[in-house]
Amino acid sequence: MPDAIRTAALRKVYPPPTPRRRWSRAPAAGAPAAPVNGDGGVVALQGLDLAVHDGEFFGLLGPNGAGKTTTIGILTTRVRPTSGSAVVAGADVVRDAVGVRRRIGVVPQRPNPDRSLDVRENLVFHAAYFGIPRAAATARATELLEQLGIGEKATAKVDQLSGGQQQRLMIARALIHDPRIIFLDEPTVGLDPQARLALWEILRALHAEGRTIVMTTHYMEEADRLCDRIAIVDHGQLLALDTPALLKRKAPGGTLIELTLDGDAALALDRVREVPGVLRAEGQGSTLRAYGERGGELIPLLIRAAEERGRVVHDIRLFPPSLETLFIAMTGRKLD
Amino acid sequence: MATTVALRAQPRAPGTLRVFGALLLRDVVVARRELPYFLVRTTLQPLLFIVVFGYLLPRMGFVGRGYGAALLPGIIAVSLALSSVQSVALPMVQDFGFTREIEDRLLAPVPMRLVAFEKIVVGVIQGLVAAVFVLPMARLIMGPIDALTGAHLASVLLVTILGATTFSMLGLLMGTGIEPQQIGLMFSVVVAPMIFFGCAYYPWQGLSVVPVMKYAVLVNPLVYVAEGMRGALTPALPHMSLWAVVAALIAISGIFWTLGIRSFERRALG
Repeated sequence: MPDAIRTAALRKVYPPPTPRRRWSRAPAAGAPAAPVNGDGGVVALQGLDLAVHDGEFFGLLGPNGAGKTTTIGILTTRVRPTSGSAVVAGADVVRDAVGVRRRIGVVPQRPNPDRSLDVRENLVFHAAYFGIPRAAATARATELLEQLGIGEKATAKVDQLSGGQQQRLMIARALIHDPRIIFLDEPTVGLDPQARLALWEILRALHAEGRTIVMTTHYMEEADRLCDRIAIVDHGQLLALDTPALLKRKAPGGTLIELTLDGDAALALDRVREVPGVLRAEGQGSTLRAYGERGGELIPLLIRAAEERGRVVHDIRLFPPSLETLFIAMTGRKLD
Repeated sequence: MATTVALRAQPRAPGTLRVFGALLLRDVVVARRELPYFLVRTTLQPLLFIVVFGYLLPRMGFVGRGYGAALLPGIIAVSLALSSVQSVALPMVQDFGFTREIEDRLLAPVPMRLVAFEKIVVGVIQGLVAAVFVLPMARLIMGPIDALTGAHLASVLLVTILGATTFSMLGLLMGTGIEPQQIGLMFSVVVAPMIFFGCAYYPWQGLSVVPVMKYAVLVNPLVYVAEGMRGALTPALPHMSLWAVVAALIAISGIFWTLGIRSFERRALG
């Protein structure tokens, strides 16, 4: 099967903020966690190699500042890579940005409808930007709005739509020119649970039509339920890439029991490792993480072990083996 | 969610001209809805100026009757400059604002510069509309103007288009280069002095009384628009040569476009 997307050694460094030029936009991925290079530039991606198969539902999973939005930005020709290459639908994102744009649909992180136009006009004009004649565009717009459940809002101002409805309008806009590849950047952030489920259904239907879908998310469950394959990224690097099932199998053995202590967890670590049934343990600040096959039964033993080293347990959390435990094991931090 | 309205399976490249037409149509549709506000915003101030300086003061005898002839071309220059710069700069602020509404146009399968260039064309059209609206209004308020002639309409059109282009490109630079919160300040600090030192309300020759100022104002593109208008509408009065006007406007618009498109691309491309 041909690849819908292929990146090689993709790298993005945002220039350091220049205090004199106050009007220059702050880099979108300039989260505090992002590494900084020698000149103070923010390294958002450091050599990303990805291949997304044609027709695949592909998830980019990572915490805020991991480089997900930058990746989507480069693949949708909206951010210029510093080095490396990316080919989308057979076209190079730098050399043939127009060719890429012709074949993709983009659902942005925040709905950005054209507020000077009404709902249907947003779709009809977007179609016109892709050379679709007005009559065909109007018919397709009406049908898409109907399918996405906002048919009765066709002539409404976009400001009259709820957040979820605006998100659907963005999906309709991404589909109006019938693209082969659809990019969605954190599409369910800010949606209520009901709207999120409705969106999942829409995405599954699009996938069933054979479209390639690339979605970023920092919700484990969302990636797990929807994606064929998931790339886990952090600090602009690929940490793991596989199907959800295989990724979960890679998760460190058993359940994760996370104890929050009153002080440095390292002091209790040697004692915790001696507890029968604990496969692995690590400390990070006042957080102590132990992995074991039997979750619940270990809790009293772990509390005792910590107390024997003079620590008091403030909080206990249990994580069954999941993408989340894998993620925590790989990055030492949680997703959200 | 099977789509029954089938589009082509393989996207064929829509012609650049066709996409440009769609971008233009979008702006024309939006502008037409806002036409009354647009005219009030860009022509009320020049028209009020005409009422005071072209109608009241001559009648009171504070300025000569001939002042109207010197004023009219300048007023038209101000109107078209204001409307061009505003019709590009103000939407740009919203387009690149918090939600980046322009994104749906930046995703169009055409070179990104075409989106900026289309904004310039819209600015020129709005400048033309303002000029066409103000000219008869001014004539109506001021009454007959002896020196006014319609013999050089081609020159009027040339100066209008060049002037509107220059100020649309300034609008691109201002709209993309300035924080949204400061756009109002920019109009006070840049545009207002430009109007008052733009030889709109007096001919450039008249500045011979303050030679330093006469040459300092030559950096101001409005000077050339106003002088060009004078040469075309009231050629009997002192004015710059049309060639000087055309050369200066082409040079200045070249600078504004170079800086403006760089600023636009910096905002559009991360």
